[in-house]
Amino acid sequence: MIKSLLLFFSSHISKLFISLVIISLSNFSFAAGEKISYPQLNWSFSGILGTFDRASQQRGLQVYKEVCSGCHGMRLLAYRNLKSIGYNDDEIKAFAADNNVNTINDDGEVVERPARPSDKFVSPYPNDKAARAANGGAYPPDLSLIIKARPDGANYLHALLTGYVDAPKDQKVPDGMYYNKYYSGNLIGMPQPLYEDGVEYADGTKATPDQMAKDVTAFLAWASEPEMEDRKRLGVSVMLFLFLLTALSYFAMKQIWAPIKEK
Amino acid sequence: MSKSKFKNPVVKWIDHRLPVFSFMDHELNHYPTPKNLNYFWNFGSLAGFALVTMIVTGIVLSMNYTAHVDYAFDSVERIMRDVNHGWLIRYIHMNGASFFFIVVYIHIFRGLYYGSYKAPRELLWILGVLILLLMMATAFMGYVLPWGQMSFWGATVITNLFSAIPLVGESIVTWLWGGFSVDNSTLNRFFSLHFVLPFVIVGVVILHLVALHRFGSNNPIGIDVRGTQDTVPFSPYYTIKDLFGLSVFLSFFAAAVFFFPNFMGHPDNYIEANPMVTPAHIVPEWYFLPFYAILRAVPDKLGGVLFMFGAIAVLFILPWLDRSSVRSSQFRPIYKIFFWILLLDCVLLGYLGAMPAEGIYVILSRIATAYYFFHFLILFPLLPYIEKTKPLPISISEPILGGGSAASAFAVREKR
Repeated sequence: MIKSLLLFFSSHISKLFISLVIISLSNFSFAAGEKISYPQLNWSFSGILGTFDRASQQRGLQVYKEVCSGCHGMRLLAYRNLKSIGYNDDEIKAFAADNNVNTINDDGEVVERPARPSDKFVSPYPNDKAARAANGGAYPPDLSLIIKARPDGANYLHALLTGYVDAPKDQKVPDGMYYNKYYSGNLIGMPQPLYEDGVEYADGTKATPDQMAKDVTAFLAWASEPEMEDRKRLGVSVMLFLFLLTALSYFAMKQIWAPIKEK
Repeated sequence: MSKSKFKNPVVKWIDHRLPVFSFMDHELNHYPTPKNLNYFWNFGSLAGFALVTMIVTGIVLSMNYTAHVDYAFDSVERIMRDVNHGWLIRYIHMNGASFFFIVVYIHIFRGLYYGSYKAPRELLWILGVLILLLMMATAFMGYVLPWGQMSFWGATVITNLFSAIPLVGESIVTWLWGGFSVDNSTLNRFFSLHFVLPFVIVGVVILHLVALHRFGSNNPIGIDVRGTQDTVPFSPYYTIKDLFGLSVFLSFFAAAVFFFPNFMGHPDNYIEANPMVTPAHIVPEWYFLPFYAILRAVPDKLGGVLFMFGAIAVLFILPWLDRSSVRSSQFRPIYKIFFWILLLDCVLLGYLGAMPAEGIYVILSRIATAYYFFHFLILFPLLPYIEKTKPLPISISEPILGGGSAASAFAVREKR
């Protein structure tokens, strides 16, 4: 009786083991904490073959420039990087020249000059303290890596940007704070940034808050992982090579081992 | 003999004075290997491959990395964005650490299942545990280098463990840090140690191989090789099998590197370290989670630290804890079941290490920790006294040749 039970146990335990591994794997990225679920959108850049939508990225850059960049920097990105979202050298030069950076002239004085394509994106505040002081103590995070720096980053950002709703009656919203249904703790220092027709898109796309949130997310996803398209493209070739190598080495192994196995 | 072995006169001349070619011929070509090894024996060579990969990518990364609290984070991002294929090198290194641990953990559990630690391979096993310990130290310090939030807070939490040592604990922590908090001097020494420890690992790996080649590989039925009929030369039989295993391994590895490079990482590590902001949940890398769960399962700080290190310490003395002379689990019906329970227990501990230390998770952590030590300290020594092992086959080649039907334990196994 006990023996048959043990036998049953040992034959099924490996299956149980595998399913447990899968369960624990699927959970561990959300390690701990109350979980707010965000609407899961179908991003063009998700999935193994996903690529960025150039038009959406360019609209996203416009949203960043006209709305976000008032408070949020992108210090890891250089203006020259915009080439990979479809701008030419002249456009990038002009885009960079809208900003000023400090430099030291031949007389040793600190002077301003227009930014060049080789410069990093100019941050709106000279330092973190100035950023905090201008925003009631809340620090507007740099957006260069924001999609990679949040779990489920793209869906999170889109949800956050469109998550401003009226606070429930029992929720007290202090001065300088705003209610957002997707923000952890619901009280956020950032006022609602996106309103209907907040920007005027050059390509005629209707600038709804949802559309703007999607576009700026597409732009920021690229800013977080500018190598993504190259990476996936190279990945496909590498995988094809490895499948071939696996097949070849498998059949070579079978052939070499055949005399031993026959004995 | 050496006269006829090599045809090339230069090779012959060198080999006569410096017999490296004879050595390689003996250890990599003719080296007799049991012919019944299954795919679990691939993981040793895979671990070696992973180590070399980590060293090569690590050296390239170090050429572009700046070990300073003000520049470390940005220098890693510069590698990701501006260094040619820097993202590839860094993602290989980052995921390589995880895959190295996956491979080594499978390698260790292979040893546990087939009793590879038993006489005469005790030192081989102990050297292996030493490699694991060195890997953990290296991986921990490497994770600090990108200077993200988890780097900083992980380093703070783990180094603070030493403060649990009575009397001198606080002084030791200050000494480890090189200051009064995890700061620039900590980052610098971690970089230095992270660079040098892998070469120490290489040294221990060489000893591991010397010990391995003394008696040769264990095998799935765990009985000693009786003669040449039980073995095949390492090349071409196991070189081709290792190549096939490597191709499969690389397929999984490449899939992670190219398509899910951040799956095993933590998003918080893309936020630059900030000593003023503590993350909501400080979680170590996944490969430390079982040990982290043991640490938190014990209500006392010093006790937790002792249990955590004890979890590794029991591995060192395992060859003497296990009193059974039968190596392979195939002939140990009860141990076999407990082996799977131990594996489940370790996976459960890993899961619990990622969960907050509250409510049901704490209780489960304590049960799982208790089982872990029960398994090593009580089950291993006592089980042989109650377990009736199955009869061992006479030799490795016998079951392959079809052997006797009634006497062979193999026949029973095949039917299942």
